[in-house]
Amino acid sequence: MPLSILIWLPAAIGLVAALLPRSIGPRLAALGTLGALGIAIGLIADYDPSSGLQHVTDETWIADLGIHYKLGLDGLNLFLVALTTLGFAAAAVAANFRTWERSRLFYFHLLLGETAVLGAFLAQDLALFVAFFDLMLIPFYFLAGQWGEGENRVAAVTKLVVYTFVGSLLMLAAAIATGVMSATDGQEVSFALSDLRERTLGEGTQQWLFLLFAAAFLVKMPAFPLHGWMPDGYRAMPIEVLAVFSGVLSKVGAYGFLRIVLPTFPDASAHFQELMLILAVVSILYGSAMAFTTTNARLVVGYSSVAQLGFITLGIFALNDQGAQGALLQMINHGLVVIPLFLIIGLLARRAGSEDLRDMGGIAFRAPVLATLFLIVALATLAMPGSSNFVGEFLILLGVFESKMAIAFVASIGIALAAVYGLRLFIRAMHNRKGAAVESREIALSDAVVLVPLVAVILFFAVYPQLALSRGEDSVVSTIAPAVEVTR
Amino acid sequence: MIAATGPHIDVEALSPLLALTGGGLIVLLIGLLRPRVVREVLVPLLSLVALGAALGLSIWQWDTDTEIIAGALRVDTLALALTGLVIVSAMVTVLLSWRAVAPREAAHGEYYAMLLVSAAGMSVLVQAQNLVSLFIGFELLSIPLYVLCATEMRRASSLEAGLKYLIIGSVGSATLLYGLALIYGATGSTDFATIGESLNAAGGPVRDPLFLTGLALAVVGLAFKASVAPFHQWTPDAYEGAPTPVTAFMATATKVAAFGVLIRFFDVALINAQPDWAPALAALATITIVVGNVGAIGQTSLKRLLAWSSVAQAGYIMAGIVVGTQHGIEATAFYLAAYLVMNMAAFAVIVARARETGLGDAIQSVEGIGATKPLLAWPMTIAMLGLAGIPGTAGFVGKFFLIDAAVDGDYAWLGIVIVLGSAVSLVYYLKVIAAMWMRPQPRSVPALAGGALDEPPADAPVGPRAAGWEVTAVAVVCGLATIVLGIVPGPVFDLAGDAASAMSHLF
Repeated sequence: MPLSILIWLPAAIGLVAALLPRSIGPRLAALGTLGALGIAIGLIADYDPSSGLQHVTDETWIADLGIHYKLGLDGLNLFLVALTTLGFAAAAVAANFRTWERSRLFYFHLLLGETAVLGAFLAQDLALFVAFFDLMLIPFYFLAGQWGEGENRVAAVTKLVVYTFVGSLLMLAAAIATGVMSATDGQEVSFALSDLRERTLGEGTQQWLFLLFAAAFLVKMPAFPLHGWMPDGYRAMPIEVLAVFSGVLSKVGAYGFLRIVLPTFPDASAHFQELMLILAVVSILYGSAMAFTTTNARLVVGYSSVAQLGFITLGIFALNDQGAQGALLQMINHGLVVIPLFLIIGLLARRAGSEDLRDMGGIAFRAPVLATLFLIVALATLAMPGSSNFVGEFLILLGVFESKMAIAFVASIGIALAAVYGLRLFIRAMHNRKGAAVESREIALSDAVVLVPLVAVILFFAVYPQLALSRGEDSVVSTIAPAVEVTR
Repeated sequence: MIAATGPHIDVEALSPLLALTGGGLIVLLIGLLRPRVVREVLVPLLSLVALGAALGLSIWQWDTDTEIIAGALRVDTLALALTGLVIVSAMVTVLLSWRAVAPREAAHGEYYAMLLVSAAGMSVLVQAQNLVSLFIGFELLSIPLYVLCATEMRRASSLEAGLKYLIIGSVGSATLLYGLALIYGATGSTDFATIGESLNAAGGPVRDPLFLTGLALAVVGLAFKASVAPFHQWTPDAYEGAPTPVTAFMATATKVAAFGVLIRFFDVALINAQPDWAPALAALATITIVVGNVGAIGQTSLKRLLAWSSVAQAGYIMAGIVVGTQHGIEATAFYLAAYLVMNMAAFAVIVARARETGLGDAIQSVEGIGATKPLLAWPMTIAMLGLAGIPGTAGFVGKFFLIDAAVDGDYAWLGIVIVLGSAVSLVYYLKVIAAMWMRPQPRSVPALAGGALDEPPADAPVGPRAAGWEVTAVAVVCGLATIVLGIVPGPVFDLAGDAASAMSHLF
């Protein structure tokens, strides 16, 4: 029950806010996202690491098709749910300090998006997961298309939607096939993840289903070579929206591998392990290389995300406990750094008049607080020892080192590259010669209200990553167990 | 003396059909009266009453399963469910036609009478279980539609649409009739059940060239009507030229009837030859999905766009018939219902905007309405998302159901074709959404500004006027229904299940 409230609260508030006067609606929407954040924090406090799936809701949704409305919380999605609510709260509050045309509709779409993402994270029924997974893109289509930036935003965001929908719809077909084909004689068709885990499919079937699921998740992340929608799509979005899109939605793809693919298709996961690892390494190298050659600040972060999600994929397909735990931690970390990073880029762009790094420079002169906040986030991004990102990447590499040593060596180049593009972004923007149109201004109180708590969370996790690791451990171990079994 | 006992007439089972035909006759006669209010208000109202009566009688008959007219028609849950869909579609069409140009130009009585007779033909068609009644139903639905297409008599493209539909439809009918004759020749019976038995008696795959030729010709004839590629070429032209309410009727009710008869024909008469026709139908479905979706990209007329989309949708629906299972029929019935409400929402918005802007059905007519006309913009948005199969709408559940049936019937690859088609379809559905929400409203309406835009005003006989509350109401109700069916599909699922249970000989 608390999970249903958590999921539907944002959409309900969004709907109410859309009907209220323009002066109240946006405020109420922001309060709604903060309320969801509150519930999520309550869930963390209430979480019992030893008792598996919690707060389970299981209702029949469509009886004829065997689809259930089944939700549940465990170590795998606990912190991702919290990250989602945090990201959307930050975006909604940050958006409140700007004025939007037709603002109530803006918040309606934003909060509908939050509902869909939370639904995808909490669904314990494959069909329900697919429904939320497909749904979450639509509000972002409207957000980018109506309030986005640039002349070609409609074309860019259409490309984004079609691109990702090819993947998601293939997954829809694969999900139905999984449910129907895994029901052997006399069994009712079921899409409940717990049932699918018991009913193993033949290896050949698993392989083509695996590929369809992987296509959906890799597009969403995005991973090389399925990232074609990313540069244009990222440029088209309003920065607040982009912060959650990149910080939260990309995690759903990685989460899908852990939650669905590894337990349901263990044989295929083992079979395609090397392919996935190689794709991950290529993503890391390609993303890093692009991140330090491109000059658009938001694309620097965009490509760095490609690299970071490469690391996460790497950890997942190490197919051992360290790797998967590192991947889960890194998903949280990446979300935590990317959200403030995009918001900061928004602030920089307002000071420099452009998002191009060549137009920036010297912004730090009169803005020490902004520079400090940015520095902390940048150092966390490049996985400085002492940061939680360091712990995550360390665990991932440790895991890969144990399973495929050669790949671990190549992947560790990525860490060095991260330092290069991370520091380049910071130095080019904040130091160097002052850009022509740059106006160095200290961070305004309204921006600090959003950024300081986000940075505080990063610092907190740097000190105490154990919070997520210990709560996630049991669930991670159990979710990858079938695949680990096969590789042995 | 011989007692003169006529054949038993099962009036109860015939009653929905009687209501439709009787209503048609009454409307035709009333339409002759002089007072304007009679023609413009009473006639549509009486049509609605007749349709309502037919719907009520169908619901009253719900649990029957009986043969009427010497086994020519079968009244069962499937027939009644599909008849119900046809009637709902006709009722919406009456509402959309109320203040339209077409009935005024073609005379109200005739217009609505033909609508009712066409609906009666569809009802016959979905009840047919005999080659002859199939053909009679087929013609009864087609001939009034040819005329209805041409009812905007002062507009050349309407006449063109009627003529084109007439010629191509006649070719389709001829092909169908020839095919039916050959099937009769091969099996010696016109009755579906007897044909099925004789196929069963032959045992093993059917290799009789006479029968196979007949089958192929009959499929072609029916494919014309269901606008299944490669027999769809008439669709965009006829849909674009016909008066929009008629287009809405053709797009929804005709499709229901055509698929209804495909179900009867393939899953009753020919079920024992399923391995023979299933691959062919699957191939047709694939071609239809590809052709429809590719054709729709780049269309700038909303009616043409929906015409191509309806071709693609026909391809999806075929999947439910290909598998030849009860599950497949259930999926088909559900999807037809979903398809009906989604399309009706879209067509209602097109009607409304054509009246308000005088731009006809050009995509410019909906530009920028997100900001100014939420009651039209939201239904259209929902309809487009639904047709694309986005979760939360009837389209998603319907597609889920169809793919489920396809995988269940060992046609998993057809499921993948469906989803790939849907992905492509987003390109043009999103184009409409983008026009509504992401483009500014054109500053001046060209009909007033003297044709500043390309050329549409020539096609729009009347200048801007109010859309009419009934059109907006149709759009809103159908939009809401799309959402409700997508979130609480249970009740309609049960109805579809009841309908499919009429085919108890299937798995």
